[in-house]
Amino acid sequence: MKPEGQVRIPSGCAIAAVISRSGHPISGGLVPQAMKPMHDRSNGLGGGFAGYGIYRQYRDFYALHLFYDQRSTRKSCESLLKERFEIVQSEVIPTRKIPAITGEPIIWRYFVTPLRSILASMQLDEKEFVARTVMYINACVEGAYVFSSGKNMGAFKAVGFPEDVAEFYRLEEYEGYSWTAHGRYPTNTPGWWGGAHPFTLLDYSVVHNGEISSYDANRRFMEMFGYQCSLQTDTEVITYILDYLTRVQGLTLEEAASVIAAPFWNTIESKPDQEEREKQLCLRALFSSLLITGPFSIVLGFTGGLMALNDRLKLRSMVVGEKGDRVYIASEEAAIRAMEPEAENIWAPAGGEPVIIRVKDGGY
Amino acid sequence: MMTVMDVSGLDHRSLNEKLREAEGSVTLSGCRGQRFIAAGMDRLQLTIHGVPGNALGAYLNGASITVRGNAQDAVGDTMNDGSIVVHGSIGDAAGYAMRGGRIYVRGDAGYRAGIHMKAYQNKIPLLIIGGCAGSFLGEYQAGGIIVVLGLERKGRRIVGNFPCTGMHGGKMFLRCAPEEASFPSQVTASVASAEDLKFLEDCLRPYCAAFDLPLKQVMDGPFTLVAPCSSNPYRQMYVMN
Repeated sequence: MKPEGQVRIPSGCAIAAVISRSGHPISGGLVPQAMKPMHDRSNGLGGGFAGYGIYRQYRDFYALHLFYDQRSTRKSCESLLKERFEIVQSEVIPTRKIPAITGEPIIWRYFVTPLRSILASMQLDEKEFVARTVMYINACVEGAYVFSSGKNMGAFKAVGFPEDVAEFYRLEEYEGYSWTAHGRYPTNTPGWWGGAHPFTLLDYSVVHNGEISSYDANRRFMEMFGYQCSLQTDTEVITYILDYLTRVQGLTLEEAASVIAAPFWNTIESKPDQEEREKQLCLRALFSSLLITGPFSIVLGFTGGLMALNDRLKLRSMVVGEKGDRVYIASEEAAIRAMEPEAENIWAPAGGEPVIIRVKDGGY
Repeated sequence: MMTVMDVSGLDHRSLNEKLREAEGSVTLSGCRGQRFIAAGMDRLQLTIHGVPGNALGAYLNGASITVRGNAQDAVGDTMNDGSIVVHGSIGDAAGYAMRGGRIYVRGDAGYRAGIHMKAYQNKIPLLIIGGCAGSFLGEYQAGGIIVVLGLERKGRRIVGNFPCTGMHGGKMFLRCAPEEASFPSQVTASVASAEDLKFLEDCLRPYCAAFDLPLKQVMDGPFTLVAPCSSNPYRQMYVMN
């Protein structure tokens, strides 16, 4: 039998998310419940979560989560980090030994702030400096991978079923105002720790069900702006595209959604508002290489909110529901009901229609 | 015989094994996302409380299923006979490649409802959607009947983009004026004739009975009939054949 990575397995994947619109803390034990009825959408080759608002005591510091293949890699990577950052806390990420999760790398986290002198000499803003450091480590430091690099948020991922990954990372010990979750069924790429979702950069995280037909075109375009895809999973490029469009280019999330899930030319033509037509034409013309083709449903996590988006043909399922101040998103309604049996206003967003939920000001 | 089963926590395989051993009327409670419920079954009257998983009644061959709430994706995939009645809404690709039997939905349908439906001799599948339908309704429809009623749609479009793309057989009825949706050039959308409406009324009678709806009011409204222009509308699309 060919090993995973050399054989194509048909697609599945499960995503889920929850957010409190008033910023109230939600236990990290809730969103893994959503993955139970969707168990068969994953095959045990990847599971992961992102939580926002989980590091309140270190909220002003970048939380770097790293995988290392061995102790010597950690030592050399730490000396690199010390040249660039002030490290206020450095520790092993607490995990639980369980039979379902094996072969784990060395998993470490650092709360850091970039050294002012380096920022001044490189003439970079803080976020750009952190992003470049993440790119450098992932592409150039062999055996070291930064899998989370935002403030007051963190990603937790592994090879395994998502329910087991949550137990492994003791997720129920964290509280955050929003959570995303992913169960993986890898299609074209290997199931390894770095290849599990979410894919993150700064405070952006993406969980994704689908596969990108345009991956290579998207990847080559992003490389021109210093983004290096080194994690062997197509989803990685979605995170970088969204970072580039919003943080670097200053687009709104709605505009970024119109770039990656661009409406068809004839759909644009049929829009009654001329200004809207011109804007859509402009976005398609400017960023034609960032159109993502192929099936996808994604949830983007960011500081203070979530965005759910389907590809324009809606080739993957996604359902949204509400209860009280919470909004739930999942690949299946059953998963929403596993988080909140009494969820209301269940609806399925149209293809290419972003659903953006923000925590009210001051709530996070 | 009447059986009630609590299926909470059961995986799809054990659930279906229990169903295959059952007879008569069966009510499932606590259903949460189990796939393939009643796949291929030719008997049983099944009532489901909770949310059945994807591919409910796939390859159904005569059994009847009632869902008291919403259903997920691919309901009645390739079903051959029997009935599926959903009191809530339904996910994407309902009735995919359906070739017989009936699916009645009280609420809305997602994308690609009735895609690739087909008919042969006396096997004529029927899909009726009470609310609105998403994009690609009846894509590649080759036979059978799709009805969308748009009840309580409150300004929403009765159908999304690109309905009937690649349609080359069967009929579609929409409870709206022909100009309310745009269709490809290979199909004709026209106001339904008196004869068409008579046919539609016969389709809607059992539907209205199932959901306790007033037939007369449902029939009141402009209806558009969509059908392919000719027996081979795509004759010259790629090559002369």
